[in-house]
Amino acid sequence: MAEVISMADIEASAARLGIDLSSINLDSIQLPPGEDFGIQSGDDGDLYQDDPLEFEGGFGNIIVVDNLPVVPPEKFEKLEGVIRKIYSQIGTIREGGIWMPVSPDTQKTLGYCFIEYNTAQEAELAREKTNGYKLDKSHIFAVNVLDDFEKYMKVPEEWKASEIKPYMPGENLQQWLTDEKARDQFVIRAGSNTEVFWNDPRQLMPELVHQRQYWTESFVQWSPLGTYLATVHRQGAAVWGGASTFNRLMRFAHPQVRQIDFSPSEKYIITYSSHEPSNPRDSHRIVINIFDVRTGKLMRDFKGNVDEFATGGSGGVSGISWPVFRWGGGREDKYFARIGKNVIAVYETETFTLVDKKSMKVDNVVDFSWSPTDPILALFVPEQGGGNQPARVSLVQIPGKEELRQKNLFSVSDCKVYWQNNGEYLAVKVDRYTKTKKSTYTGFELFRIKERDIPIEVLELDNKNDKIIAFAWEPKGHRFAVIHGDGPRPDISFYSMRTSQNTGRVSKLMTLKSKQANALYWSPAGRYILLAGLKGFNGQLEFYNVDELETMATGEHFMATDIEWDPTGRYVATAVTSVHEMENGFHIWSFNGKLLYRISRDHFYQFLWRPRPPSLLTAEKEEEIAKNLKKYSKKYEAEDQDVSMQLNEQDRKKRKMLQDQWNEWVAKWKQWHEEERQFRIQLRDGEASDEEEEYEAKEVEVEEVLDVSEEIVADQD
Amino acid sequence: MRPILMKGHERPLTFLRYNREGDLLFSCAKDHTPNVWFADNGERLGTYRGHNGAVWCCDVSRDSMRLITASADQTVKLWNVQDGVQLYSFNFDSPAKSVDFSVGDKLVVVTTDPFMGLPSTIQVKRIARDPNEQTTESVLTIKGPVGRINRAVWGPLNKTIISAGEDTVIRVWDTETGKLLKEVDKEIGHQKTITSLSKSADGSHFLTGSSDKSAKLWDARTLTLLKTYVTERPVNACAVSPLLDHVVIGGGQEAVHVTTTDRRAGKFEAKFFHKNLQEEIGGVKGHFGPINALAFNPDGRSCSCRSCLILIMSSFSSGGEDGYVRLHHFDPDYFSIRM
Repeated sequence: MAEVISMADIEASAARLGIDLSSINLDSIQLPPGEDFGIQSGDDGDLYQDDPLEFEGGFGNIIVVDNLPVVPPEKFEKLEGVIRKIYSQIGTIREGGIWMPVSPDTQKTLGYCFIEYNTAQEAELAREKTNGYKLDKSHIFAVNVLDDFEKYMKVPEEWKASEIKPYMPGENLQQWLTDEKARDQFVIRAGSNTEVFWNDPRQLMPELVHQRQYWTESFVQWSPLGTYLATVHRQGAAVWGGASTFNRLMRFAHPQVRQIDFSPSEKYIITYSSHEPSNPRDSHRIVINIFDVRTGKLMRDFKGNVDEFATGGSGGVSGISWPVFRWGGGREDKYFARIGKNVIAVYETETFTLVDKKSMKVDNVVDFSWSPTDPILALFVPEQGGGNQPARVSLVQIPGKEELRQKNLFSVSDCKVYWQNNGEYLAVKVDRYTKTKKSTYTGFELFRIKERDIPIEVLELDNKNDKIIAFAWEPKGHRFAVIHGDGPRPDISFYSMRTSQNTGRVSKLMTLKSKQANALYWSPAGRYILLAGLKGFNGQLEFYNVDELETMATGEHFMATDIEWDPTGRYVATAVTSVHEMENGFHIWSFNGKLLYRISRDHFYQFLWRPRPPSLLTAEKEEEIAKNLKKYSKKYEAEDQDVSMQLNEQDRKKRKMLQDQWNEWVAKWKQWHEEERQFRIQLRDGEASDEEEEYEAKEVEVEEVLDVSEEIVADQD
Repeated sequence: MRPILMKGHERPLTFLRYNREGDLLFSCAKDHTPNVWFADNGERLGTYRGHNGAVWCCDVSRDSMRLITASADQTVKLWNVQDGVQLYSFNFDSPAKSVDFSVGDKLVVVTTDPFMGLPSTIQVKRIARDPNEQTTESVLTIKGPVGRINRAVWGPLNKTIISAGEDTVIRVWDTETGKLLKEVDKEIGHQKTITSLSKSADGSHFLTGSSDKSAKLWDARTLTLLKTYVTERPVNACAVSPLLDHVVIGGGQEAVHVTTTDRRAGKFEAKFFHKNLQEEIGGVKGHFGPINALAFNPDGRSCSCRSCLILIMSSFSSGGEDGYVRLHHFDPDYFSIRM
């Protein structure tokens, strides 16, 4: 840390040196490059300091082409024409952007030239494409970016053994899991602030852990096990974490990164950017990097045109569907795959190359997904040849690439695949055309992955013309919920993959009629589900217990846009994000639908619970705890009571304080009021002044004759 | 509690005022005709015809004989409450925004808007006992605040004038000299336009409502900030209960932003807060436009606001952008609310 010099010191030393400070234009002072004389930037240097990706120098867009033919002046123009032809195909060369120096003695060219592009990306592309370009046998281009020269010149001549740094024990990145009160954390982004809080339901408010302005330039994201918080900047992504607060642990340089994605056990991070082409006819250029999260090492990069990464194979595809690379193989981060035209490319992380050195050829494949736990791929191939070749869903085992199961489906318009999170079941929602081909109806194909031969069962809804609005598996369970219906108030049905006799047949548990819901949120622990009516339903919430098949509570968070369960399934957050102008903020509910607290924030962008790694307890141990829950819960109940008493006491004290303060004011006012009484009477010409004077309320009855009419009433006998 | 809906105006309400006894309620609106109502049953008693522009504000004398109204037609008119006859008309060079009788009803403070290059002003006029002797000249003219001055009222013993408006600063002026005595520090004051200002029954403290979605309670003598009440919507109107330690504030999403899908989105609610604990007690819904005016009935059982809301005190009323005055009589259990 530089010593801080006060202005007085500066003035003193200036006087000593005989310098008139006022005559110096401070802006004109330039420090030699690489030297700051101990003057530190006042900006938040922490984040941007010594970042190699700043456009320093500004020569990133210039390339140097070596091994050109050496030509006399009369052939100069011809050569320049050839070079221009080659390099203007790659990007826009700036005006006067080609400079081929000539020898002052011989007037011949020197065998190299400089080319200046509009952008550094184009220069980089040109280097990639033409390095090694054969103009003829003896002239093979050697292309470099001008900035690289400086970098390589700096390499010392002699090799020095690199210093081995002493081992520094890292922080405990899992510290937050050891919270005594077993609370969970969440991050919110509102305005320019990003804040991490403890959810403290006992105190009925969140407790701030860490807060930072401009922490990220677009969004934040937790890693899947909650160890890291990732932020996204123009220069790249960064991950943050630590025992007590959030320190920057690693940076991943990737200019203009747009998207990031962690591997399931957070060993790797994928970053993605898409670059506007300088020539509008060209397609966007895509750069994808895969980094090791802990070392920051770039493991593999992929570059190419948007078409190469677009999903759906069969041309005319609009864009990239994120994530491009999907991780498989469960928690071991073994494989990742992407879809291409008629292929699925599966990579493995040991070498970061294709499994078996080649990608898997699947004609016309349009979608794929991994089992959440096993290296199994589910592929969907749509109907071909006007229905002559049926649509197909198949399960493929990696790395063997053998097909485990296949199902042909006829007159299919679309398919969607839903994995249960333990990888035990797979549901395929199939939209089929009716006979007239004018409309579609929906059915489900249910795969039991863990059973022998993977039996498939077909499920159709009671009314098969119902539209499916939402589908969700119970986490760690065997049940699923479906919202279906056509009208404004759809029905919700619950199914189980087991029957009461525990045989392998799907059975319906219950249908709830006409609900205001269009989204399903299962508790991560299963058993409870939140039926939510977002958007058109204005944030209707119903907390439902699927074990007992009963509604626990209903609520409303008006205009709610986002809902997220905490990782333990104890609390739910509902949020209104900045898609709405008003009501921004979030509510925290207990699992059974009790509103705990509300926080409102303007310009609310994100709410994310910090995920937890899976429990280390064995299934038996968990069962034992569940059985003896009463014994364990006693301690916590006592604590709860203590806290609530304490809170009551605090509240009472605070109120008393406020009341006392208020009474004091009132007494003072009364006194003044009394003192001023005479003056007031005077102002009112002697009329008794305030409340003290009496007036009589007289009730006066006024009768007005509005109309007189005579009617002859027939005499009735 | 059943509200009484009073439909007498064709345009948004702007102001509500009870007389001292609390038996009459005066309402002003953007149509040109102030109304007077029986505060008890919401029956209309009469109208005051003569203005040619929106009427922004009114005040009634202590003996309920004189009504004074401020209008966008650049006049302030004095009326005979009983028969609706116009007694006098003060002419200004720009629209008049607010009026307030002094203690003793011999003076009135008027604010005028900035208009055609003229700055906004605070002016004090003398009210003659006999309307025939009424003169038009101002006793005092204060200039200085930038933008519209939305409200100016008399401080204790007519010694000061308290003003608030678009420049978000609450100022206290000396009524003898017209000098600025105090102003609120930007740090603790409102962040956006102050839309309303309402005194407590004894004039010792006052409440200001602002578009910054909060209302603040101030000591009228020292200009100390006492309390802040935060809501989710811009505040257009506020009132201090004469009976209990409650305040009511109303407002809502601005009309131009109002959603067409759900009336709840606008939050056109009159919200009751505990004056002391700053905690929300409850809300009274019903208007389908922002609430522009609120008033408590001073006889201890009612309140009225510009858009009318009927609540549980003796009564209070609210007036809204929707053109209705809602008169709310408080249920008996209102008085037994425990915090």
